[in-house]
Amino acid sequence: MIGTALGDLWTGFGVALQPVHLWWCFVGVVVGNMVGVLPGMGPLATISILLPLTFGMKPVAAVLMIAGVMYGAQYGGAICSILLNLPCHPPHAVTCLDGFPMTQQGRGGVALGLTVLSSFVGASWGITLMVFLSPLLVRAALQFGPADICALMLLGLLAGSTLARGSPLKGVAMTVLGLFLGSIGTDIETGTDRFTFGLTQLGDGVELIALALGLFGIAQFMASVNRLAPVNHRYTRIGIRDMRPGLDDLKQAFLPMWRGTIIGSLCSLIPGTGPTIASFVSYAAEKKIAKHPEKFGTGVIAGVVSPEASTHSSVQGDFIPTMSLGIPGDPVMALLLGALMIQGIQPGPQLISEHPDIFWGLVASFWIGNIMLVVLNVPLIGVWVKLLAIPYRFLYPSAMFFVCIAIYAANNDFFQVGEAALIGAFGYVLLLLGFHPAPILLGFVLGPRLEENFRRAMVVSRGDIAIFVERPISAVFIALCALLILSQIYFRLRAANRAIAVPPPPSFST
Amino acid sequence: MSRLSHGGGRTAIGLVVEPPAGRRPVIDRGADRKRDGMRRRELLAGGLMAAAGIGITMKGSAYRLGTLSHMGPGFFPTVLGAILIVLGLAIAAAPYAPGAVAAEDGHDAAPDLSQWRAWLCILLSPVLFIVFGRSFGMIPGAFACVLIAALGDRDATLRGCLILAAVVTIFGAALFSWILQVPMPLLTWGIGA
Repeated sequence: MIGTALGDLWTGFGVALQPVHLWWCFVGVVVGNMVGVLPGMGPLATISILLPLTFGMKPVAAVLMIAGVMYGAQYGGAICSILLNLPCHPPHAVTCLDGFPMTQQGRGGVALGLTVLSSFVGASWGITLMVFLSPLLVRAALQFGPADICALMLLGLLAGSTLARGSPLKGVAMTVLGLFLGSIGTDIETGTDRFTFGLTQLGDGVELIALALGLFGIAQFMASVNRLAPVNHRYTRIGIRDMRPGLDDLKQAFLPMWRGTIIGSLCSLIPGTGPTIASFVSYAAEKKIAKHPEKFGTGVIAGVVSPEASTHSSVQGDFIPTMSLGIPGDPVMALLLGALMIQGIQPGPQLISEHPDIFWGLVASFWIGNIMLVVLNVPLIGVWVKLLAIPYRFLYPSAMFFVCIAIYAANNDFFQVGEAALIGAFGYVLLLLGFHPAPILLGFVLGPRLEENFRRAMVVSRGDIAIFVERPISAVFIALCALLILSQIYFRLRAANRAIAVPPPPSFST
Repeated sequence: MSRLSHGGGRTAIGLVVEPPAGRRPVIDRGADRKRDGMRRRELLAGGLMAAAGIGITMKGSAYRLGTLSHMGPGFFPTVLGAILIVLGLAIAAAPYAPGAVAAEDGHDAAPDLSQWRAWLCILLSPVLFIVFGRSFGMIPGAFACVLIAALGDRDATLRGCLILAAVVTIFGAALFSWILQVPMPLLTWGIGA
């Protein structure tokens, strides 16, 4: 078992080390690293802009690049938090708390160096977990019937929408909206055009790129324009030499790093709890077990290292359900699956056996990409910091052009550019009303498969809905769904009984 | 408040690191007003969802529903629409529940609408890209798209925006037309696709 996994991994390295794949991995990692630093630009928008570029590539190269953007952005986000005190990427928000004070004390370089190190440790652990857990998961998942898959998707969607930020009700509403958007277009089984309003361009459904760029590009720019505070460059002069941590720092960092890593991987195994929750949990845990918890917030190494390690181990861990079950845990993973589907590859448990080159090549490229990032980060931090001097008023108009041309290039169709503008306007209304649009993408990508499996399950059971509780596997998933909902209600009621005002959200700006 | 307070999804607000410092009753001076603003917003939010649900249900049930064992194309969307109606009602009603907390997702209770000019510019940007790109080609399309978007910024000057638009157009045309071979003419003349 372990032997085959290692053997497969070896072939994976063979795939990932091909010059073409190395090149695209490099491109993804560098671009991701760059947008990770820039405030107001996210990995989601970047990946969507790059998506049309992947149409002409082999699937392996496309996946390696997209994944590279994803974890490259994680490295970049930490730079932003530590040097500028800008929580531009949610998982790294908590790193500001102790990272920026370290910068103020002139130890920003050390903080960055330790961050790179702990990120690598966290990521490596996450990858190792992926190597050994995914085949196990797949073996179990291959036994799943349509009802089981359906129940599993339901659990994934519920967890993704209720455990994320904001009100659970609103999260679920966004997921349902996403599922609906996924059903637009020609129905596969009957050939009926649904919700197309006679527009032939909608026959193939809403375009994934237009949806993603509308919600996370256009709507995001509308939210950030004239609202980003000017960047404080006081502390951004960091030399390579400053980044080398001392022996004492390493000693202090060692245990928190591993604790963060373990917490991160545990969080990635619970569906719906992504890197953001992982980093917050590990920061809180460090604070709880520390001898001097009052020192947290003044530049404690543990407060930087542990959440960063945890973020990275959870980011890599998120790939496990995505690649082995076809259930994405967050919108970036949903985009990755979308990219695979555009390439004509069906995600799901059969992916690893049918396309071993994609799966094992991806795993191997994680390591290669992470090593590239460690090597690149040291000299590039200076360059990225200079990029930060570009004001947002130059950045977002340029990005608007990239958004438009990317959507156009996807199908050489102006119609979809208009589609994205409409979605963007609607998405911003949602933002104003306090919705988080991320679950829309999850619902959109999973929707068609959910419907298909639901139909199949109902055909198998001859219309008896009880099949979901009669089959043991799906019964377990349904029970977990019920548990999830009940626990949400319980916490709500408990809060109501106590009638405590929620404390103000943590403030990250000084 | 973090700097990206309206960055929906960008900030980590809503997750609380600190445990509450003790029992604090909600007798804040601005609390009543905040609660009313919150209720109004949630009413709008829930209403929007319910309205969408009603639309989806009505349109969806016009397609064939079928039976559970042989579902028609209308079944799945109709069910989704019905769920959305229920969720919308629940969202609108939630702030009236006992112990409901104000602005729990960290957004300000009342939406800030002061940036309407910038929004308009950003939304017009793809529209101009379509109009100019379609009729005159990539160069005019890109130029108009960047120019109008740039004008949305508070500190924008016409000269600065023109320069930015020119730079992005030159760079963009080189990148997309020559290097990436996007099949869109650089300059053309004519109405239609």
